[in-house]
Amino acid sequence: MPSDRPVEARGLVKRYGAVIAVDHVDLTVEPGDVYGFLGPNGAGKTTTLRILLGLIRPDDGDARLFGRDPQHELPEALDGVAGFVETPYFYPYLSGRKNLELLAAFDRDGGRAQIDQLLELVDLDRRADDRVGGYSQGMRQRLGVASSLVRDPRLLLLDEPTNGLDPAGMRDMRRLVARLSGEGITVLLSSHLLAEVDELCNRVAIIRTGRIVYEGTLSDLRASAGASRYRLRTTDDRVARLTLLEHSHAREVALEGDELTFTADEEEVAAISRALVEAGLGITALVPEQHSLESLFFELTEGEPVEAAA
Amino acid sequence: MTGALVAYRWELRKLVAQKRTYIGLGAAALLPVVFVTVMALQKGGPYDAPLGHNLRRTGLALALVVLNFVSRFGAQLAAALVAGDIVASEHAGKTLKMILTRSLRRGQILAGKTLASFTYVLATILVLGTAGLVAGSAAWGFNPLTNLSGVRVSALHTLWLSAAALGVFSLPLIAVAAFAILLSTLTRNSAASIVGTLVYALGQEAIAGLVHQSWAKHYLLSDQFDGWHGLFMSPIDWTLIARAAWVSAIFAAVPLALAYAIFKSRDVADD
Repeated sequence: MPSDRPVEARGLVKRYGAVIAVDHVDLTVEPGDVYGFLGPNGAGKTTTLRILLGLIRPDDGDARLFGRDPQHELPEALDGVAGFVETPYFYPYLSGRKNLELLAAFDRDGGRAQIDQLLELVDLDRRADDRVGGYSQGMRQRLGVASSLVRDPRLLLLDEPTNGLDPAGMRDMRRLVARLSGEGITVLLSSHLLAEVDELCNRVAIIRTGRIVYEGTLSDLRASAGASRYRLRTTDDRVARLTLLEHSHAREVALEGDELTFTADEEEVAAISRALVEAGLGITALVPEQHSLESLFFELTEGEPVEAAA
Repeated sequence: MTGALVAYRWELRKLVAQKRTYIGLGAAALLPVVFVTVMALQKGGPYDAPLGHNLRRTGLALALVVLNFVSRFGAQLAAALVAGDIVASEHAGKTLKMILTRSLRRGQILAGKTLASFTYVLATILVLGTAGLVAGSAAWGFNPLTNLSGVRVSALHTLWLSAAALGVFSLPLIAVAAFAILLSTLTRNSAASIVGTLVYALGQEAIAGLVHQSWAKHYLLSDQFDGWHGLFMSPIDWTLIARAAWVSAIFAAVPLALAYAIFKSRDVADD
């Protein structure tokens, strides 16, 4: 039965012989979410996305996209859904435009009229008539996004969309995802990059060896991460040290060489920096020495197995 | 337009854009020319081949004699080159997951690929026939032909019969293409599918050579490549033609049904 909830998966299991690639995964993506599916390579993100797109069958559990089962209701279950798993691949002997025309035709010509506009959106309009075989990795990634948008989706499933891109390409891709989200498209984005998910996503599931070890908001995760260590350089270290010592949220203040270090919760750093400025100091550097969220992420994905949280 | 026709149209476009497509078509166009050239450089010829006694007397015989030659290996290779690749190349290029997440059903996509493979088979045979007609007529003229029963047939009537012969010859070749599609779906490997299809075709020839009961040979696919001979008998032997049709249909339907079952249900993972 159709519903408004873009993704709802319960108890998904996929085994390859003795290996359990996906181990009782539950996912819930609400309308408007930019949902990060975070985990190291090989954690089961792509396999889960393949199940959601109906490309592979789970051994157990079920998934719903807008209330429809992609295992039994294809292609209807993919109405309003688009995306790609791993790197998007195209026919190298056809041009970018022809590839999009082919995909639009496979969507009953739904998005054919938008192809020029989409090529411009992903900055491929000048290379649209070149064969895809000559495209760079970044161009193929962008064409992948365009190929998804041809379907005019309500839900985008993007698997490592910045994989293989140079820093500028990653920046552009993230801007594009943010823009699409701003236009009301729900996004389920898998990534192994915490910073990427942190920048783009409002909710996150962290997967490790096929199991969800955290699902919730990043702010909740950050709150549970506790304090971080910061390095501080100012125009006057002596005054800065005194200010920090007087500030109730700064702890373990120490002078190390030509910089100060202190421990504080991430939420309190803004207040501390304001206090420093109010004390007449110029801040030349305020850098987290060890990002607590990152530490927690590594703990969740690399440490001893932990029980699912949140 | 139905989904299968959409897929078919785009499969044709993809074939047109690939170099591989032109290997078989080019060979089909060149073969009659090579045949005529070799004949021009020597006095002898394959006069004992069916309708071979007409060589040097009418150009209309050329395409038909060439059909006899390609029926053992070359035609199967041309069919396998495209049909054996048509699903496997999607796996190798990792494009299958892209097209399977659109609005067409898997069955429609496979139907489009199957129709495109069959179209390629027909196009190859058409090119062979046309090149044979042009090269043969240029070398030996557009003259009447003496059929397998020794009856003289007018040039125009022979032309029509030749067109029909190409159609009948295409039937077992389509069945070979169907087997190549099965292997392409099953193995997901173009080279294995092409080689496997040739082994299958040659295997049928070998079995035909081993089987002593002539009735059994008639129901092997290899025998159906001679079904068109019925058109050049007086009166026309419809039994040969009908058998070529229904035996080929069975040899095509079984692999296609298997290919459909596999394609419809198989996991699409990059392995």
